[in-house]
Amino acid sequence: MDNFKVRTMADMMAAGEKPDILFWVGCAGSFDDRAKKVTKAVARILHHAGISFAVLGTEESCTGDPAKRAGNEFLFQMQAMNNIMVLNGYEVTKIVTACPHCFNTLKNEYPQLGGHYEVIHHSQLLQDLLDTGKIKVEGGTFKGKKITFHDPCYLGRANDVYEAPRRVIMRLDSLMVEMKRSKSNGLCCGAGGAQMFKEPEPGNKDINMERTEEALALTPDAIAVACPFCMTMLSDGVKLHNKETEVKVKDIAELIAEAIDL
Amino acid sequence: MLSQILFSLFLLAGSYFFASKVREISRNIKLGRDLQINDRPADRWKVMARVALGQSKMTSRPVAAFFHLLIYVGFVIINIEVMEIIIDGIFGTHRILSFMGGFYDFLIASFEILAVGVLLACVVFLSRRNLLKLKRFWMREMTSWPRTDANLILITEIFLMSAFLIMNATDSILQSRGADHYVLAGAFPVSSLLVPLFNEMSNDGLMALERFCWWFHIIGILAFLNYVPYSKHFHILLAFPNTWYSKLEPKGSFTNMESVTNEVKMMMDPSIVPPPVAPGASPPRFGAKDVKDLSWKQLMDAYSCTECGRCTSVCPANITGKLLSPRKIMMDTRDRLEELGNGINKNGPDYEDGKSLLNDYITPEELWACTSCNACVEACPVLIDPLSIIIDMRRFMVMEQSAAPAELNGMFTKIENNGAPWQFSPADRMNWTES
Repeated sequence: MDNFKVRTMADMMAAGEKPDILFWVGCAGSFDDRAKKVTKAVARILHHAGISFAVLGTEESCTGDPAKRAGNEFLFQMQAMNNIMVLNGYEVTKIVTACPHCFNTLKNEYPQLGGHYEVIHHSQLLQDLLDTGKIKVEGGTFKGKKITFHDPCYLGRANDVYEAPRRVIMRLDSLMVEMKRSKSNGLCCGAGGAQMFKEPEPGNKDINMERTEEALALTPDAIAVACPFCMTMLSDGVKLHNKETEVKVKDIAELIAEAIDL
Repeated sequence: MLSQILFSLFLLAGSYFFASKVREISRNIKLGRDLQINDRPADRWKVMARVALGQSKMTSRPVAAFFHLLIYVGFVIINIEVMEIIIDGIFGTHRILSFMGGFYDFLIASFEILAVGVLLACVVFLSRRNLLKLKRFWMREMTSWPRTDANLILITEIFLMSAFLIMNATDSILQSRGADHYVLAGAFPVSSLLVPLFNEMSNDGLMALERFCWWFHIIGILAFLNYVPYSKHFHILLAFPNTWYSKLEPKGSFTNMESVTNEVKMMMDPSIVPPPVAPGASPPRFGAKDVKDLSWKQLMDAYSCTECGRCTSVCPANITGKLLSPRKIMMDTRDRLEELGNGINKNGPDYEDGKSLLNDYITPEELWACTSCNACVEACPVLIDPLSIIIDMRRFMVMEQSAAPAELNGMFTKIENNGAPWQFSPADRMNWTES
């Protein structure tokens, strides 16, 4: 990265060090070009806040979330047990991730297989950093701009995290507007449950179009997301409406990183 | 004396048939897989108190919640009145509880007010279903029987409440005339408004009408009691255990299949000795093909469903015109279980009809349209979990039949080979740090 090096758990262990927190990047965050920008924003914020963190790098593997939701419990448990072996090998205790699917799986489904960690989503980390003053935001690019937030199902309904991302957005001095279907009543982006990896079943329209239309009806300057899948689905929706120049789809980590010029 | 005997016979028969049907439903539910649910009892009582007793999930739709509350409170409170009717019926007394004096007046008055509330709510609900034709009551799965069932319930309640009010009106006239047997008791804030309708009648006529309404009311209640277990209205009973046994873990936490855990452990470590298998026992099925593969809790869910459609109206797949309807998943599960149960009644416990919930009732297309977003689970006022059934059926299709959509099979292979659902090399995982 620009002015610092992202370290892996292996590097750290070789140097006899241990980070405070493991940054679980996730497959989308590692490979998807758009999601990679979010990954970088998270890393920059962690570095800026002076948090000692490391990634697994090539030792990270899919958590197994899409396999489990698609019904392939064998594949899920193979992935989970291998990942748990790696995590426990490094004596990981605390994990942050920018992917609600990884977050949910690591937090709720790994304990039954022997993986016990304190897992937080990056919205929770950001809220904590802002609340404790470890990072300070003053307006910035998004001051006074109209922003709506799309709740990721696997952060919101699946784990009852509704306030953290909103508190983060509030710090931008922006105008937060809610869609009619928000929080526990939020509408899925259409990608969960392994839908990300297949064509949708026939219907009247695609779910991401329904959701994008609801967001665009508010004429926001930006649609804030907190999940790489939602990012893909809503960006596609905005593009199909030819609105990509007026309406930005941004992860909350990008909003904060931009606001503090990282 | 004859009427007392007749009454007791009705009461016995009504209770007997109700108990038999409930026993049959209980047996059907127990056809499901075994499952231990008794952890955190304090939390479970709290959930039941809040959701079933306190109706907390209803409030998301305030209009329906208000009218539903009228019917609910009316139903609960009116049982005190039913108790009095039963005692009077058996012992030939009249208004046995009237010794409570002022408190009795208060009780009767509140029953009357609630009875009007129930009447009003039923009229509103009937109009909403049949005149406004609210979308969620006219969807694909709402065929003739589910619609008739709903209307029958509402109309029956209207008749029962009307009989109760007319009974009180005629009774109060007889009381004021000092008729034999009609003790002076009760306050009649609502039925007194009906008095002018009957005031011209003779004592004999009034007594006949009062007795007719009394008998109609109680026989109607006994008949309704026996209708309930055949109807979606069974939610009035099962809402309570169903919320008590509901999932306390976060909604995103899916069940861990221990049978799979054992196999995966053996695959990863060949030194592990497989657990002994009883001779002749067939290995358990992975996932669910039919109702017997579901847990008893999932089957209780099906009997708890009142087909309100709140789940389906928030389902993103359904909203965008796809075949999936979480309500239909629950209705199909109940219908299939009833079909299997009826077969067992006729042919004994080992009965198999060669049919199954998957394919004969629920199609793979419905199941693959689910985004596992939990909106249906969140929406259900009695904490039914349609998603768990969808996932268990996906597990059967994937692990037993290898029948996942081709793209998903591709995704599985990529996870196995590259550790990611996309075609990228694990060696490239750190590339994001470079550009």
